[in-house]
Amino acid sequence: MIKVDKIEKHYGPVQALKGISLDVKEGELFGLIGPDGAGKTTLMRILVTLLFPDKGVATLDGLDVVTEFRKIRRMVGYMPGRFSLYQDLTVEENLNFFATVFGGTVKDNYHLVKDIYGQIEPFRNRPAGKLSGGMKQKLALSCALIHAPKVLILDEPTTGVDAVSRKEFWEMLNNLKRMGITILVSTPYMDEARLCDRVALFQNGEILSIDTPEGITTSFKGRLLGVKVTHTAQRFDCVNQLRSMPGAGSVFSFGDSIHVTCRDEGMTAQSIMSYLAGKGIAGIVAEPVAAGIEDVFMALMQQ
Amino acid sequence: MSTEIKNSQPIIEVRDLVKKFGSFVADDRLTFDVYPGEIFGFLGANGAGKTTAIRMICGLLEPTSGKLKVAGFDGYHEREKIKRNIGYMSQKFSLYEDMTIYENIRLYAGIYGIPRKVRLERTDEMLQKLQLTEHRNSLVGGLPLGWKQKLSFSLALLHDPKIVFLDEPSGGVDPLTRRTFWDLIYEAAHKGVTIFVTTHYMDEAEYCDRVAIMSEGKIVALDTPQRLKEVYEADSMDGVFLKIARNKE
Amino acid sequence: MNQLLGFVKKEFTHIFRDPRTMVILFGIPIIQLMLFGYVITTEIKDARIAILDHSNDNVTREITEKLLSSGYFKLDANLRSETEIEPLFRKGDIKQVVVFERDFAQRLEREGVVSMQVLADASDPNTAQMLYNYTNGIVQDYIRKKFSSITIPLQIKSEVRMLYNENMVGAFMYVPGTMALILMLISAMMTSITIAREKEMGTMEILLVSPLKAKHIVFGKVAPYLLLSIIDASVVVLLGNLVFGVPIRGSIVVLAFLVILYITMALSLGILISTVADSQQVAMFISGFALMLPTILLSGFIYPIENMPVPLQVLSNLMPPRWFIDALKQVMLKGNGLEYIWPNVLILSGMTLVFLLLSIKKFKLRLQ
Repeated sequence: MIKVDKIEKHYGPVQALKGISLDVKEGELFGLIGPDGAGKTTLMRILVTLLFPDKGVATLDGLDVVTEFRKIRRMVGYMPGRFSLYQDLTVEENLNFFATVFGGTVKDNYHLVKDIYGQIEPFRNRPAGKLSGGMKQKLALSCALIHAPKVLILDEPTTGVDAVSRKEFWEMLNNLKRMGITILVSTPYMDEARLCDRVALFQNGEILSIDTPEGITTSFKGRLLGVKVTHTAQRFDCVNQLRSMPGAGSVFSFGDSIHVTCRDEGMTAQSIMSYLAGKGIAGIVAEPVAAGIEDVFMALMQQ
Repeated sequence: MSTEIKNSQPIIEVRDLVKKFGSFVADDRLTFDVYPGEIFGFLGANGAGKTTAIRMICGLLEPTSGKLKVAGFDGYHEREKIKRNIGYMSQKFSLYEDMTIYENIRLYAGIYGIPRKVRLERTDEMLQKLQLTEHRNSLVGGLPLGWKQKLSFSLALLHDPKIVFLDEPSGGVDPLTRRTFWDLIYEAAHKGVTIFVTTHYMDEAEYCDRVAIMSEGKIVALDTPQRLKEVYEADSMDGVFLKIARNKE
Repeated sequence: MNQLLGFVKKEFTHIFRDPRTMVILFGIPIIQLMLFGYVITTEIKDARIAILDHSNDNVTREITEKLLSSGYFKLDANLRSETEIEPLFRKGDIKQVVVFERDFAQRLEREGVVSMQVLADASDPNTAQMLYNYTNGIVQDYIRKKFSSITIPLQIKSEVRMLYNENMVGAFMYVPGTMALILMLISAMMTSITIAREKEMGTMEILLVSPLKAKHIVFGKVAPYLLLSIIDASVVVLLGNLVFGVPIRGSIVVLAFLVILYITMALSLGILISTVADSQQVAMFISGFALMLPTILLSGFIYPIENMPVPLQVLSNLMPPRWFIDALKQVMLKGNGLEYIWPNVLILSGMTLVFLLLSIKKFKLRLQ
């Protein structure tokens, strides 16, 4: 559905995209994962015909983003990085406006937004500026959907939104996917990668890896040991001690444990525990752990 | 939290703290203590009342009722003194993008009245630690996000505050930068600075000594991440957060 | 068509829901008109003057009589010698001294030329200029009536402005100027700000990605302000007429045509500004400094163009309000029709066209 072939884009001397290629299949939920400034927004803007690529070709449903931009604009639903709603218009007025802009009415495609819009409909007379972050997000998604697009392109829809709203939002995306809509979504939260069918890991205008979330985590080459700290005050000491432990690679906190990559064979959970005990840190449990998306991302970044 | 910390005097004391805007109760009888050197996480959905609470504790807003003591100063009458004893770093970093790293440091030092000699010493020390010495004359606007973040945090610490407030400090950076940033936070806490942090990254909640979760103006849970996970029978803070939200409904 | 109507409707909602916009649209025009009409008015009443009459004949007495009965002047003192003048000025009691030379009436009759000295307190140059104009006007008027058979050039040059504004009423000068200013404010500034706001809020991104064409977006933005500007212009003309008695001597149709032409010009200028301004602040800055100040200073609104240094006079030709104010005065005060103001109309149309073409060229359907 979306084809990106060796796209390059410069802003003056800065190369925002360094020859990106990817394919998104029809009905897929595809994630662009990476920090701010990685080039996610630039790629999305090229796909929604807001920017010209310097080099390379991109098509949506076979339509070229440069020459056939008018046709693309009819079939794509776009949610820019900021919640682009009219703060002074009410919830209902916003939705009506975006429906008319695309030459339709809310009634035409109400079935598409029913589940999402239904949650904020009780507040339909409230100005959009007075909604909570989660509700704004739902309204923005409704507005992007109201003209029944084939493809949804969502630029960091969950940034700055609390964990609960984020979870709900991903559930909504999965429902939309089931209706056959192709979705391209970007996020800086690595843990959201596992909610996508496939993801591309972005960094500095390049794609580090494209695969299913499982494919990405199983591609982790090294060996990883997790050190569980029982209370936080230990963490600072543990991290510092482990960093000077021979054979330890990178040492970083991951949730309630510390992940240590092993540089040599001799390093085991047992050897870590006895090393720490020797440094006066007792009662620590270490065990081999499977890599997460972030482990892979960090490993790829350091290559 | 180690027992040693708990036995000391709290640095932030909040008792039945209420803030109303007209008839709207933004914060409803908040009660908690934060101890010196503690990393205290403050979580909650947007609009749960976090920002209002932080503004009161920082001395930016006067509470409606309740008791508030920060670094030994009263939250009603000594707000100026509170401001002088805290550091603040927000998501937006509050750096002047059109000024160099060095000029930003000098400006902050000036604002807090740090004497010239101390300032020069600390500037060198800080630039060295951040490995920015050779970039001291670069404009801040052109720096990578991760650098800005570290610089911003170091500036918040420049005047030796007793408490530093971090408002979603790590949004949008890559996982490596995010972790090296937390290394800085740990180091500061280790030196005895109290850290008060809000975040939307649930794994970061695990890095805190204690976590308070707010919902609709109230603190609905407050404990160590470990205990919270036990009580809510969840294997991560993400799970705790979701369970609390569900219980509410 | 529905798309466009929906857009215009949205635009009106923005306007009516924002108290600040409403104040700018309807409060400011009225306040400004009143300010310029009443407060900043340079109209003079009972200015204290002194007379030094070396001749004291029937002509000088009659002129003095005319001056004092005009209502503009009030006699402070009759002086005997030049030495008394300075102390009087220093005390700040008087604004002007009129000096008649010896044998005034005789010389006037014999030589046809006589000089009358007008000394004015130039610490307030505008008032001084005005007082001088009044005095001059009254004297000219007196001579024209009294010696209607022969032309006697008094050695005081006359100001062209007085010819069509015999009473020298301040509001007459300010109503056309205020109109130019207000229409510029509403049309150019408000449109540029409202377009810049869409960019700032990120909503422009969605509009661009929608099937809306550039002309839809532009027309949708402009139409409400066109309508509101026309309403404002009518209010200003009406208030000017009812409150200050500013006449509308020319045809209403020509007046309406002129006003709409000017509004169109200002709107295209507003769109042009918005194509370069990415934020409301920049839009406000450009329209404030690049439009408001020249409108006030260089259009002949407050400072007569004839009194400007030559480079500024040349520059003033580039200011659209200059041509509008001039044409407006002709239509309203002189009753002139298109046969007189066609050069102004041509110039304004040309400017509109240039602004429109530039805007269309610069308005992009993409970012960057």
